[in-house]
Amino acid sequence: MAAVNRIHAQDITVNDLPWKIEYDSASCIGCGACVATCTFGAISAAVASKGTSIAARRQKDGERLVIRQSQSIPEACVGCGMCEKVCPADAIRPVRNPESRWQVIARGPDTIKRGGRKAAHKRTLDSIVVGRISQMTDPALDSERHTFDLRSPLGRVLKPVDLPLKAVGENLLIQGPIPSVRWIYPLIFSDMSIGALSARAWEAIALATAYLNEECGMPVRMCSGEGGVPGALLQSERIRYMILQIASGHFGWNRIISALPKMKADPCAVLIKMGQGAKPGDGGLLPAAKVAPHIQAIRGVPGVTLHSPPNHQGLYSIEEAVQKMHLSLNAAFGFRVPVAVKCAASATSVPVYNNLLRDPYKICGGFFIDGIDGGTGAANEVSLNHTGHPIVSKLRDCYRTAAGQGLQGRIPLWAGGGIGMTGDAAADAFKLICLGADGVILGRLLLQIMGCVGNEHGRCNACQSGKCPTGICTQDPRLVRRLDVDSAAQSIVDYMLAFDAEMRKLMAPVGNSALPVGRADALVATDRAVAEALGIQYAC
Amino acid sequence: MQPAMALRLMLPQQEGHDNSGFALVMQDLEGVFGHYKDKPLLSLACTAKGLGLVDDYMEEKGFVQVAQWVPDTNPRDGLKIEVMQRYVFRNYDYPEIYRYRTQKEREEFLLDTRLELRKLLEEHNGGYVYSFWPDVLTLKEIGDPGDIAEYFDLWKEDGRLCARNIVAQCRQNTNYGIVRYAAHPFFLQGYTLCANGENTFFTRNTEFQKNLHRGYVGFESDSQNLLYTLHYVHRELGWPARYVKHVLTPLSAAEVRERPDGEALEMIRESLSQLQINGPNAAIALLPDGKMMAMCDSKKLRPIVAGQHGNMLAMASEVCGLNAILPERNPANDIYLNEREMLMVDNDLAASRWLQ
Repeated sequence: MAAVNRIHAQDITVNDLPWKIEYDSASCIGCGACVATCTFGAISAAVASKGTSIAARRQKDGERLVIRQSQSIPEACVGCGMCEKVCPADAIRPVRNPESRWQVIARGPDTIKRGGRKAAHKRTLDSIVVGRISQMTDPALDSERHTFDLRSPLGRVLKPVDLPLKAVGENLLIQGPIPSVRWIYPLIFSDMSIGALSARAWEAIALATAYLNEECGMPVRMCSGEGGVPGALLQSERIRYMILQIASGHFGWNRIISALPKMKADPCAVLIKMGQGAKPGDGGLLPAAKVAPHIQAIRGVPGVTLHSPPNHQGLYSIEEAVQKMHLSLNAAFGFRVPVAVKCAASATSVPVYNNLLRDPYKICGGFFIDGIDGGTGAANEVSLNHTGHPIVSKLRDCYRTAAGQGLQGRIPLWAGGGIGMTGDAAADAFKLICLGADGVILGRLLLQIMGCVGNEHGRCNACQSGKCPTGICTQDPRLVRRLDVDSAAQSIVDYMLAFDAEMRKLMAPVGNSALPVGRADALVATDRAVAEALGIQYAC
Repeated sequence: MQPAMALRLMLPQQEGHDNSGFALVMQDLEGVFGHYKDKPLLSLACTAKGLGLVDDYMEEKGFVQVAQWVPDTNPRDGLKIEVMQRYVFRNYDYPEIYRYRTQKEREEFLLDTRLELRKLLEEHNGGYVYSFWPDVLTLKEIGDPGDIAEYFDLWKEDGRLCARNIVAQCRQNTNYGIVRYAAHPFFLQGYTLCANGENTFFTRNTEFQKNLHRGYVGFESDSQNLLYTLHYVHRELGWPARYVKHVLTPLSAAEVRERPDGEALEMIRESLSQLQINGPNAAIALLPDGKMMAMCDSKKLRPIVAGQHGNMLAMASEVCGLNAILPERNPANDIYLNEREMLMVDNDLAASRWLQ
């Protein structure tokens, strides 16, 4: 006879975990698809006695197959719902557990790590609406019939007095060179590396980028992230759609530099990543589970956890960063390729931007500010949830600081961090542009468009684990097959076509056919504090 | 031409404006000012106290008054006009030290003086100074244009007030507060501009212009931005006047790429993107050398028409104005500018239509 179970206070049970598997054994046909699909080992097949009563147990052939949820922390269900997706009998699904003790039990001795964004909170952008609608004094435009010019600069824009133009008769002739400026679509596919993403997911984004450029007339650019670029792409004409990123680990740059003599075209730009909004002050993190052989090859590293330093080694000041990194990267591409910098939004963003604006070399071609709602492939949760700076007021502060000196637009401002968090990327982009951004950078939403099920309410976000159930953030060859490259690319293209139409739908009512950069009078805030902080009208 | 001509041009268009004011800038003067063409002319509307402040200031700076004209006024009950106590038009001689300075230095000095006077009058609620420039007269008033004309006896064509160029408008700014400075046309260092429209990039333009030049002040009207852009491009940057069109309504990126001068146009568009206008606008401008120009927005949301007969060329928002003063002209030769054109009128009235 079995001994009565003893209770141990430290035992982990399913009820301690953030997600519980709801399972209907009566409907289950025992196919095993859910178990095979779950990448986290959160469920397994088991044998249980038929029925619940002692009397029933005594009957013959009283055993049956059931699905059991693992009670261990490493195998905790993340709520991805793949089991539900594959179950032909609607017999299983994860359910959020309000009694979860996850935050207490999941630490130790290591920190909690995850991917995704900061936990959900009230967004500033949601208390802003486009409130200046053209009606009688000036006509609204027709978003379907008028032409709209959705182009933004990336590169150092000279002041008019510094332009090398000379009037000869009735014409202005160019008398000297100016820094290279790219006019691109006001949305950049943000920096997510091969490594953080599966090669397939990265390829899908690259494919969508090329398609948008070549078939849709939308000059969207994609940033490589700090993980190198495939050799074939480096030597292809399509490298001009790419922004090459260099971050503190310099991953992938040995390949890029060796490819330089063989490159047929220039990349769009180089982006120096100083920090990112999701985990400011922390370097990139690629857990060993994701450093597969092809990642080792492209990055030129051994198969261990790759942790980029929190800052660029050897740089000790903004001035030096400008002189060393900006100048050398400009020189690497013969001063034909703009070099921009990306920083995490911070209480110090305005001084940094001021320094860049005033640098005598006029060498910085873009200031990318990444806010607290930015996503990441792997971070300590404490950084994700508790460090960073909201993007909206920071972007506005940078714009107003430049405008106060007559320097707005000289170093284009690109804002990111939570763009499209609610799914409405065009509305977010439009509002940030009115507040002073030249354009926006967007990353996490692309993953969601491709099928990622993670969200800000604790669903999945297991990008760091190497077990991504959608094949987007994993290097496991078995899992990456779950992502169909062509249909993922098509989903991105479709979303971008809708984004473009929605941008026109927002520009038309305010009567603008060119991007209303800094046109804060087009916005009203429904929150008095937001109105005051941003210097826009309050309405209620 | 005398102001009555401008009134005859404007009044038939009354349905298209709101009769909230009348303002005109006259350049290349004859009549009472004909003998003082090189002496800066101060155009003021002020209180008695304000005039005293101006007198003291000008004396302290060393300006010597050489002529003054005060318009006769015909007050009567029922006139819709908000009169000021004093309307003063005075020619001055430069202070001694400026008699030997360069033309450029003198022009900067005249601007500084006007800005100082404006500040002084504003501080004491003493009135308005519209222009201080040789051979340029400005009159601005709030009220019904016909009544303003009657009050100042502008219908009488007695040769007192004559000019080769007149820019006039019958609309005060009614979007916001009624301010005399907000009445078109606007004037700065020899440049005059009036516009019909709505500058939807007012905030963008203004934030940029505030740091661009000390003379870019006021911003009581969203059309002042257009004057400041004209002044900046033509005078400060020294670019040919037609480049104003490239700055205000630049060609799209795709169009620019196709052009042989695309690289320069791209530079301009890039560097001066904050000065673009993006709403409905038609503008008429008068340059320091007496040439005039006209253009409209890039979608032709506000029209403009020019017509000519004999020794007179006129531009207006509506053709009924031209019909009133140029009935003999052949309307088939009227020029209706399209969204990519600019009209340039030389001093011999040769009109050229330039396609951007």
